[in-house]
Amino acid sequence: MSLVLDCRIVSHHKVALDCRRLVLATPEVAAVARPGQFLHVRCNGTADPLLRRPFSIHDVDRERGLVTLLYRVVGRGTALLATRRKRQKVNVLGPLGRGFQVPLECRRVVLVGGGMGIAPLFFLVRELAVDLTRAIWVLHGARTAGELNFVNFGALPVHLRVATDDGSLGFRGSVVGLFKELAPEVQPDWVSAAGPTGMLRALGQEMRRLGLPGEFSLEERMGCGIGACVCCSCRIGSPENWNYQRVCADGPVFPAGEVVWE
Amino acid sequence: MSAATAVEIAGIKMKNPVMTASGTVGFGEEYARYLDLSSLGALVIKTITLKPRAGNPPPRIAETPAGVLNAVGLQNPGVEALVREVLPRLACYDVPVVVSIAGETVDEYARLAARLDGVPGIAALEVNISCPNVKAGGIAFGTQPDMAAEVVQDVKRNTGLPVIAKLSPNVTDIRAIARAAAGAGADALSLINTLTGMAIDVDRRRPLLGNISGGLSGPAIRPVAVRAVWQVYQAVNLPLVGMGGIMTARDALEFILAGARAVAVGTANLVNPGAAGEVIAGLARYLEEQGIADINELVGAAHRGGGGSRC
Repeated sequence: MSLVLDCRIVSHHKVALDCRRLVLATPEVAAVARPGQFLHVRCNGTADPLLRRPFSIHDVDRERGLVTLLYRVVGRGTALLATRRKRQKVNVLGPLGRGFQVPLECRRVVLVGGGMGIAPLFFLVRELAVDLTRAIWVLHGARTAGELNFVNFGALPVHLRVATDDGSLGFRGSVVGLFKELAPEVQPDWVSAAGPTGMLRALGQEMRRLGLPGEFSLEERMGCGIGACVCCSCRIGSPENWNYQRVCADGPVFPAGEVVWE
Repeated sequence: MSAATAVEIAGIKMKNPVMTASGTVGFGEEYARYLDLSSLGALVIKTITLKPRAGNPPPRIAETPAGVLNAVGLQNPGVEALVREVLPRLACYDVPVVVSIAGETVDEYARLAARLDGVPGIAALEVNISCPNVKAGGIAFGTQPDMAAEVVQDVKRNTGLPVIAKLSPNVTDIRAIARAAAGAGADALSLINTLTGMAIDVDRRRPLLGNISGGLSGPAIRPVAVRAVWQVYQAVNLPLVGMGGIMTARDALEFILAGARAVAVGTANLVNPGAAGEVIAGLARYLEEQGIADINELVGAAHRGGGGSRC
């Protein structure tokens, strides 16, 4: 059940370079949100910019009724959102979309986040980690070390590995390169991933080669967020037989093997 | 006593003048949890074609100043799925359902009209002769008076339902198209569809939309739409449905004062799924505050010198 809500900002901080962490008081969303779902946020109340911006849910504190978003300032909408202060209200629509569904029987789960793709994976780790018998690896890739240090898995029982394009921290190269190196040792039985298209496409090829199942969270320019305007289309099916599905309502998380890249 | 808000368009009795603009609320059901569909004057659903259409490659949407470019390309499940699955589900709402139709040829419009004739749960047909995002048909019919007339005439011949022709603003003189549609037997006109436009990503140095160009909607086009309604109101004697960037009741009132008997909320639904309900409530409030007994008194009032208060 999604809702349109005016949510009070509990905190709003710069966490790295151009990244912000926005904590909203919204018990209604916190109670029902699932990892991989998103909030559709009005960055300001005016007609310009007009559309909402979709942000995946980074963390949820059900007890305190808090929902955290992690976002990068990339354009006018996010720049305006970045000016909003503690105690002000932000209008959100959500939680929306179909989230991650890691099968119970999968015991060795690898989560791959490229850049801001790490945002939804944190919430997923929190949910998966409830089952301490399951082994979880998080592979986090970024351009440089400064873009990595703001997601703190802290006490969560995960094996965290990082990759940077410039080699300033961890594995030098792409997070998919890191995945290739680790896969023989880790022997994953499930992969959940979010990140740029190029990364997901390369990861999908590697997963197909290894015969690994999993899910990808996709991004597309979005209109309504609730499945009506059919603007945020992606190709789902097989290369020979696909149809357009809606990232907002049929996704944003899709079976990795069914994503047909443009 | 509260003011009368009921209006009638082409024989469709509406509780209030607020409709949804085709393509912005899908087939309505996605919005049912945010908006009481039964509170609407009418529900205009997404354009349907004879055969299912996959639509255009993404990206299909781009934001521009106070507006949105879209190039969905009439993705829809086809008329058979509409009749079999969608219309029966919409029957549980107490709202007139207007079905928007489009074809690649005049014959396709006629066949759609014939197929939908006698199907329960349809209040009227809206003939989309103004979609800018399809290769064949669409806007071609809406930019030439004789073609517009041919489509409307053939649709009328094949249906007993009221026919609303949806006009394109991408013309030299919208009054010429309006007169042609009226002459061909249209029962009402809705205006305007989107303005053609495009945007380019200067970093990637490529068009933002997968379809290259698209249709512009939202507050950015409202002045164009109000002008079109004003002109067409003077040119033809048909009820008009005004639309183009309506976000609030005051925006809707501009259209009503320019001559629209009903209005449609479109792009605003994408931003605020409760927008149409807010426009309905705002119109009722305006009537009460201004002491107007019946909203029909306001239709075209700006042509007659207004008479409203200045406050």
